[in-house]
Amino acid sequence: MKITSDQSKRYQAVVNETMPKSNVLAQVLKAFLVGGIICCIGEGINKIGVLLLDMDEKTISGFVSVVMIFLGALLTGIGVYDKIGNFAGAGSIVPITGFANSIVAPAMEHKVEGFVLGVGAQLFSLAGPVLVYGTIASIVVGVIAFFVR
Amino acid sequence: MLMDFVFAFIIGGVICTIGQLILSYTRITSARLLVLFVVLGVALTALGLYEPIVQLGGAGATVPLTGFGYALANGAIEAVEEDGIMGALTGGIKNTAAGIGAAILFGYLAAIIFKPHTK
Repeated sequence: MKITSDQSKRYQAVVNETMPKSNVLAQVLKAFLVGGIICCIGEGINKIGVLLLDMDEKTISGFVSVVMIFLGALLTGIGVYDKIGNFAGAGSIVPITGFANSIVAPAMEHKVEGFVLGVGAQLFSLAGPVLVYGTIASIVVGVIAFFVR
Repeated sequence: MLMDFVFAFIIGGVICTIGQLILSYTRITSARLLVLFVVLGVALTALGLYEPIVQLGGAGATVPLTGFGYALANGAIEAVEEDGIMGALTGGIKNTAAGIGAAILFGYLAAIIFKPHTK
C-alpha cells in the first residue's frame, strides 16, 4: 500500500493532537532553576578550593570538575539523579554532573553483560561521542591557532 | 563573594535554559545535546566569545558541558603556543585529564557498586 502525502499529512495532524503537550515554559523554568543550583554548588566547591585548600587557578578548575563528577556518579548510583532529571530536563543533562550520569547509567544497566563488554564498553556509550567530537574540535582549533598566531 | 554565586546561578541557569529550549522544540536526543554543547563550547572559546562568559559566570560557565569545551579549546590553544603543532593533539586532553580520569574512575566504581534502578 502506498501512503499518499495527504495521508501522511493527516497522520501528522493526529500525532500532533494526541502527543502530550509538555508545558515548555514550566520545563524551561525548572531547567533554569536546577541548572543554576548545580552551578552554584560548583561555585561553592571553587570557593572551598581557593579559600580552604589554597589551590591555584589551573588546579581549581580540574578540582571542581572532579568533585562534580564524583557527585554526579554517586547520585546516579543511588538513583537520585534520575529523579532530578525527570524534574529538571536539560537542567540536569547540561551540567557536567549530567556527563557523569551518562557514564554511570548505561554501565550500571549493562552490568550483567560482564565487566569488559558490559561495564567497560558501556561507560562510554554516551560519553564516548562527547569525547570524540570535543577532542576533534579542540584539535581543529589547535591547528588553526598554530597557523593563525 | 555573594555576587559570584548570583552570577553562577544566572549564567548556569541560562545555559541550561538554552539546552531545554533545544530539547523542547527539536526533540533531539540528550546524547546529541551533549555533543552539541561541547562542540559549541569549543567553537565559542576559539572565537574568544566564551572567555568573557567565564569571567562573569565562574562555575556557571565552567560546570555546564560548554565549559568542558572551553577547557578543551583553551588547552589546545595554550599547548600550541608552548609546544607548536604537537600541542594541538595534546593540549585539549591534557587540560581535561583530571575530569576524564575522574569520570572513568568514579563512573566505573559507581556502576560496579550500585544496582540498576527500575524506572
